[in-house]
Amino acid sequence: MNAGFWQKLAALDRRWIYLVIGIVTFVPILAYIRVPVNITYEVEAVYRKIDSLPAGTVVMVPMEFGPSTMAEMQPMATAVLRHCFSRDLKVISTAMQIEGVILNEQVLRETAAEYGRNYGTDYVFLGYKPYPDLVILNMGENFRKPFPRDYYGNELDSLPMMAGVNHYSNVACIINLNATSGVDYWINYANGRYGAELALGVTAVIATDYYAFLQSKQIFGLIGGLKGAAEYERLIGRPKDIANRSMTSVSVAHVFIILFIVIGNMAVFAGRRGGRG
Amino acid sequence: MEVVSLGSILWMTVAAFLTLCIFSFLYKDNPFYIFAEHLIVGISAGYWIAILYHTSLTDLWIEPLANSALAFGSPEGSMAGKIGMLLVNVAPGLIGILMFSRFFKKTSWISRWPIAFYLGVSAGVALPLFMQSFVIRQVAANMMNPADILSTMTADLTIFYNYGQSTLLFWQGLGQIIIVLGSICGLAYFYFSAQHRGILGGAAKIGIWILMIGFGATFGYTVMARISLLIGRFNFLIDWISAIGGYLGV
Repeated sequence: MNAGFWQKLAALDRRWIYLVIGIVTFVPILAYIRVPVNITYEVEAVYRKIDSLPAGTVVMVPMEFGPSTMAEMQPMATAVLRHCFSRDLKVISTAMQIEGVILNEQVLRETAAEYGRNYGTDYVFLGYKPYPDLVILNMGENFRKPFPRDYYGNELDSLPMMAGVNHYSNVACIINLNATSGVDYWINYANGRYGAELALGVTAVIATDYYAFLQSKQIFGLIGGLKGAAEYERLIGRPKDIANRSMTSVSVAHVFIILFIVIGNMAVFAGRRGGRG
Repeated sequence: MEVVSLGSILWMTVAAFLTLCIFSFLYKDNPFYIFAEHLIVGISAGYWIAILYHTSLTDLWIEPLANSALAFGSPEGSMAGKIGMLLVNVAPGLIGILMFSRFFKKTSWISRWPIAFYLGVSAGVALPLFMQSFVIRQVAANMMNPADILSTMTADLTIFYNYGQSTLLFWQGLGQIIIVLGSICGLAYFYFSAQHRGILGGAAKIGIWILMIGFGATFGYTVMARISLLIGRFNFLIDWISAIGGYLGV
């Protein structure tokens, strides 16, 4: 092919690329084709930890995501909470991203209802407080310090589940589902200061930043993005849930983006050669 | 198909319209996009105020302040203790109110005090722990006994040679060696006090390859994240059309 063709390709209006990506993402949603999803060690570690806890154990599932990251984080939160409630674990949750408070509360309430769990005896939602670093630090001393009342205005001592549950030492582990840089606070304070057993569920954008903490054993597990959510859905025996159904679109879109990168590079190199000629 | 109420469908239609407004920016900047953008900024501000008032201001300040004021009417406790509690509860409010001095040019400098207070507390609390969590423990994780790693890898190879099965410890050991060498080479690239020649130059070159692989992995994950968000919106639009279809009985 001549250099003119590649030069035209290099100058292609980016809106054509948006259109192609839109089509290749949309079509597989309609025509669901099951793609294999391999279970990774770091996701399985979270599953195994929750699965190993006896019924009645208190775990903490703080959620920090809002509408902008809901597509990735909500399937993850639903899968983790389903696992917790199916194992009859008691869940304490917070929402320290202000845009996500109502969303997080809805996920917790609806998932608990699926398993017939009751508020106050099986799960507690503490809600939002500003300055997550100071809130996380204070919860290490007593949940009641930053949260004298829960999200619904109940005093924590009036909730049967909170009897004897004062700080991180009273919860078996923390599965932090977080789409913000606030993850660092959980590593720094909950794990670093108070030694809480911590696992993370994060958006794909920030997932690579936290593999180092997996290697240093500061976290015991890591669920990364929609792929991590799809793995967790498979682990709890729900391979037809939303994250798995989305994996086909993700795979097809990735193939096309790789193609675009290859074609783009070829166009640049051919353009340079043409320029020299 | 589950039938959704008319009220929900109306709200879904508003959300779908706003989604399409935002998508329209992909073609070019336009009034629909600007409308949606301004709407989200305004709604976010109002939503934040409501959430902060109901979940923070009332139980962390107004109630404790009211209780400490009401304590003066009770015969229990010493007067000094009551005054102390009142001051403790008045102080956060006063510091917070100082933030509003920003609205007036002459007094705007006062707003630096609460900011300085918060920064001071945060920095004081964070710095020692930050060193421990993000530096010392990360460095410690790279301090492994090479003899242990090599003996584990050799044992795994022996098992594989004799029984045809691997315990995967060989690959785990290899991963640990790559992590240690990759960290050293990555740091070598950022060592600028000597020219990158000889051993340092070689290590720096490997370091930059390691960094590129890291950036590539991050880029791959970022693409997945963005596609996931697009899928989320598409799923919503499909749900919206299905809800309308369900309501109309189509």
